[in-house]
Parts: sequence; structure tokens; C-alpha cells
Amino acid sequence: MSNIKYILGSFGDPDEMMHGIEKLQENNITIHDVYTPMPIHGIEAKLGVKRSRIDIAAFCFGITGTCAAFALIYFCAVIDWKVNIGGKPSFALPDFIPIMFELTVLFCAFGMVLTYYASTHLFPGRSPRVMDLRATDDRFVIAVDAQENVSHTVIDGLLKDAGALEVKYNERKYISYE
Amino acid sequence: MSGHNESILREPLITGNNITYAKITDDILGPVENKPNKAWWIGFIFASLGALLWVVAVSYTFWTGIGAWGLNKTVGWAWDITGFVWWVGIGHAGTLISAVLLLFRQNWRNSINRSAEAMTIFAVICAATYVVSHMGRPWLAYWVLPLPNQFGSLWVNFNSPLVWDMFAISTYFSVSLLFWYTGLLPDIATIRDRAVGTRRKIYSIFSFGWSGSVKTWQRFEAVSLILAGISTPLVLSVHTIVSMDFATSVIPGWHTTIFPPYFVAGAIFSGFAMVLTLLLVARKVLGLENYITMFHIESMNKIIILTGSIVGVAYLTEFFIAWYSGSEYEQYAFINRSTGPYWWAYWMMMTCNVISPQLLWFKKIRLSIRATWILSIVVNIGMWFERFVIIVTSLHRDYIPSSWAMFSPTWVDVSVFVGSIGLFFTLFLLFLRVLPSIAIAEVKLLLKSASEQAKMKQIKEGHENKEYVNEYVESLEKFDSVKQEEYAKI
Repeated sequence: MSNIKYILGSFGDPDEMMHGIEKLQENNITIHDVYTPMPIHGIEAKLGVKRSRIDIAAFCFGITGTCAAFALIYFCAVIDWKVNIGGKPSFALPDFIPIMFELTVLFCAFGMVLTYYASTHLFPGRSPRVMDLRATDDRFVIAVDAQENVSHTVIDGLLKDAGALEVKYNERKYISYE
Repeated sequence: MSGHNESILREPLITGNNITYAKITDDILGPVENKPNKAWWIGFIFASLGALLWVVAVSYTFWTGIGAWGLNKTVGWAWDITGFVWWVGIGHAGTLISAVLLLFRQNWRNSINRSAEAMTIFAVICAATYVVSHMGRPWLAYWVLPLPNQFGSLWVNFNSPLVWDMFAISTYFSVSLLFWYTGLLPDIATIRDRAVGTRRKIYSIFSFGWSGSVKTWQRFEAVSLILAGISTPLVLSVHTIVSMDFATSVIPGWHTTIFPPYFVAGAIFSGFAMVLTLLLVARKVLGLENYITMFHIESMNKIIILTGSIVGVAYLTEFFIAWYSGSEYEQYAFINRSTGPYWWAYWMMMTCNVISPQLLWFKKIRLSIRATWILSIVVNIGMWFERFVIIVTSLHRDYIPSSWAMFSPTWVDVSVFVGSIGLFFTLFLLFLRVLPSIAIAEVKLLLKSASEQAKMKQIKEGHENKEYVNEYVESLEKFDSVKQEEYAKI
């Protein structure tokens, strides 16, 4: 067995890359991941990536914000210290709405984005897991696990047939920056 | 993805005939990866001198208190709140472009959203400093937060729009920053992967380890869409609440229900004007004519006509309602506005905001870069006067004629305002040097469907309706970045 860990098919065009994915799948070759410089629509369905549930998280965070704002204002203005403003009722719900709205948005945005960062392992200073440096520039890269899929020549041929400009054999999973 | 072509009738969003993904990256990262040119240095020196003036003026205000300003017993709000509302208004375009236009699937936003969002953040910073210095005792600024009574004050008054405003502005600022930064991650990764040495290390930290894998992008798009969805009502709420600072007080000229929509329209109006002021220069100096095209400029001009007209209708409605209300105080406030001692400010506002933007109905003016640039500055002068008129003319002649007064700014008032413009430009110019001024990934998305070369290919294939093709080629005449000869051959 060789030391090659990943085979990368580097495409210059997203449609050709999609074609490459189809070709590999027809030949029962599993794809590790695909790295692209821009979002590719329709790729999730091809690779069987499930729909993101981040919207559910966003809703939960948002509703938490609404409740937190209401609880805060209710506690301060109705329970803890009623301020007599011209004899008006202290439980003035319409006046609570602006802050309830703002905190809904605030909690929803921060909760959702932090969930996103956590679930995709993004945080400041994390060393980038990059397989091909041009995948953030002008190349659309399909990565195939070379240990699981042993017929390297077949993979090479399929990728090149689909239009890959370059096929790389990486002995390390990620290109280190050191 | 690009299984089917976009209609030939739509104008291209990227012009030029030899654009590749690599060229997009090179073009946009040019100013980030190379040494600044002379134009940048000249701009930066002037802007940072302005910022220095701002530091001096704000420090002087903190040191002596707001007695340094020209405020008096009658006119308790003047240049300070004018400046605050002006900056917050300008800060509306960024999120509007990135959120509202995303929801409406206006793809032309892709090449202007990044710098508009940056502009938003810097404008809100300028606005926030006004609020803090206006407090008089800025070291007690935390009193606006809901803190327990033992901290020195009672719980904040949750019925007060000023407290709502604190929540609105801080939410708006932090959510805009989050939206902007999350959108920047893929582009920072692009810089990182092209850089070497220390530069790579720095961008690596800020890229959060972005890899561009399928799941990252899938969730990224979901997050962007939801952020757009929640930012849309947010951006509307912010200026609504700013307007309530005025509308809920019982001052003739302020106490009206028209304020929220009127302020929001004005904010979009001035925000787009500022985007144009900045981008018309940036596209030329940074050589981005292929990405920020005449179509973008024309579209923004159309939004300016629309919002300018809404603002105009609001001015007239205000006047009508003042008369129709039958309240003599209300009536006097408006007669005084237009014919009193501040008539010049009122008519300055009317000319700059209502009359001059109507010139944009003429195609020639709408498509002239010079005219657009001048008009965009005129709009912002007008919007500054709008806030000045609303604030000062409503206050300077109050209920007791013996306390009627005029407002005259001191050097500190003027310096804080001029300085804040310097601060804004300093931040914007620094932004152009360290971060991509156009969302690279989003522009790449348009290359295969909405670029001039993709449409050229469509025409050459010859399946398009001749009439449509002619109409399309005609629409290209307005572009300064399109070579017409190419089409004569076909």
C-alpha cells in the first residue's frame, strides 16, 4: 500500500466538477469532501449532505431573546421597582415591544452564528485544514480518500475525463503552513 | 448550477471578456496585496488629519463638558444630535443592501455589499461617539444599561425611546458586524492561501480556519439567508426608534406619526448617496470598473430617486397635517421653519433632498459619473440640513417668546462634525487596504450566469431572439467598461 492519503481532482469549472462527482459516484468511489471558492448550488443533494438544521437553532435562540427581554423588563418595571409616570400602568406591554424585538434579533443572530462557528469548527486562530491552496481561489477540488479507494488509476482517469486540470496525490491530509 | 442561462434581457453584472475566477481574485485583491498608490496616500493623509481633529475636539468636550458646544437653554439639541442622526442614517445602506436586496434576490448587490456594510459599521461608530459625548459625563455611560438600583440610578425607564434606542443601536451595530465578518471569512481565507510568512499567519488567525468544504458552504448560505431575514426588520426598526426619540415628545414639529417611515426613507436615501460617493471614487482608483458597473450606479440612482421622492412627499404631508391639525403651535412651527430666521436651512434641505435628486430622472444625468457623484454629495448635505431643521427650528422658538434664541456652533461643534467625517474616511481607507472591498466569493457566483462574456457566448450560440439581442446590445451602451466593437462583429 502506498503512502498516498488523498487524491485531489482540481477543476477549473464548477460544472465540470459536478460532472466529475457524478462520474466517481457511478463507479462507486466515495468522495471525502469537496472544496470550492464559492458555494455550489445543488452539490448537497449530490453528495447526500442533509439539510442544515441551523434554522431551528436560530428560531430557538430568537424566542429565547424575546422571553429574556420580556422577563427583564417585567421584573424591572413591574415587580422590582414600579416608577409612577403620571399614574400610567407600569405593565405597559406596547412599550416593551421594541426592546423585545431587538433582543430577539440579537439573540437569534449571535446564537445562530456561534452555533455555525461551533458546528463547522471555525474559531479565531484555528489552523486551516486546507488540502489545496487554490481551492479558495480559482480551483474546485474533489478529495477522494486514497486508502479506502484503492484503484488509483481508475480515479485518475475518471477525474481527467470529467475535465480535471490536475490530479494531485497528497501524502498528507492537509497542507501544513509550517 | 448554471444549467440554464439567464435571460439575455438582463444587463450583465460583470463586464469584460477575459474574466476568469483567478482574474476576479487578482483584481479584487490588487489593493490588498500591493503597496498603496499615491491617491490612497493623499486621501489617507487628509482623512487622518480630520480624525486627529476629531480626537482633539471630542477630548476637549470630555474635559470641559458639553458647555464647549454652542447649546443654550432653549436649543438643547443641535449639531450633536444632527450629527448622530445623520451618521445613523448613512449607516442604513449597508445592511439594506446586504439584507433586503438579498431577500429580493437582487444579484447586483453582490459587488457592492461588502464595502457598503463596512461603511455601515464605520458610520455607526461615528454616530455612537456622538451619543457618548452628548451624555456629558461619558464615564457614566453604563447608566443607560438596565443595572440594579444599587449602581447609582433606578432601573432605566423602559418606556423611554432613548432606552429603546440604546438597545436598537447596539443590536444593529453588533449584528451588522457579525453579518459583515461572517461574510468576510471565505475572502480572508483567499488572502491567507495566497500570502506568505507573517501575513499568512495573521490572515490565518482571522480566517477562523475556513476551508470551503461542502458543509461549511451549505451552512454558510443558510446562515446568510436567516441573518438577512432578521436584519431586514432590524434595519427598519433602528431608524424607526431613532425617529421615536423625537415623535414621542410633545414638541411641535416632532410630535407626528409620520416620523418612522419618513426617517427610514431618509436613511436609505442618504445611505445610498454615501455608498455612491465612496464607490464612484473607489471603482476608479482601485480599477474595479468591471465589477461595479454603470448598471450598479444606475440602480442605486433609481433607489435615490424613489427614496428622495418619498422624503419629498413626507415633507409636504407634514406641512399639510400641521395646517389640518388646527393646532396653532404646530402651524407656527412649520411656518417658522419655512419663513422664519432659519428659512435658509429649510430651503437648503428642500433643494438638496427634493428638487435636485429629481434630475436623476434624466438618463444622461443618471449615467454620468461626475453628475452622480456631485448629486450624491448634495443629497448628504441636504440630509444633514433635514436633521438640523427638524431639531433646531422646532426648539429655538418655544412656548415662551422671552426665551426664544438662535443657535450658533462653536469651533468644537464644527470640529467634532468635520472630524467625524475624517474618522469615517480613515477607517474606510484602512479597510480598503486590509480587506477585499468586494465580496470575492459572491462575485464569482455571477461569472457563469450574469457576466458579459456568458451572455456573449449565448448570443454567439445563436438561439436567442434577435429582437432581445438588439435590446441587450443597446442596453450595453451605457457601460463605460464595455467595448461596443465586439458586438458590431456579431
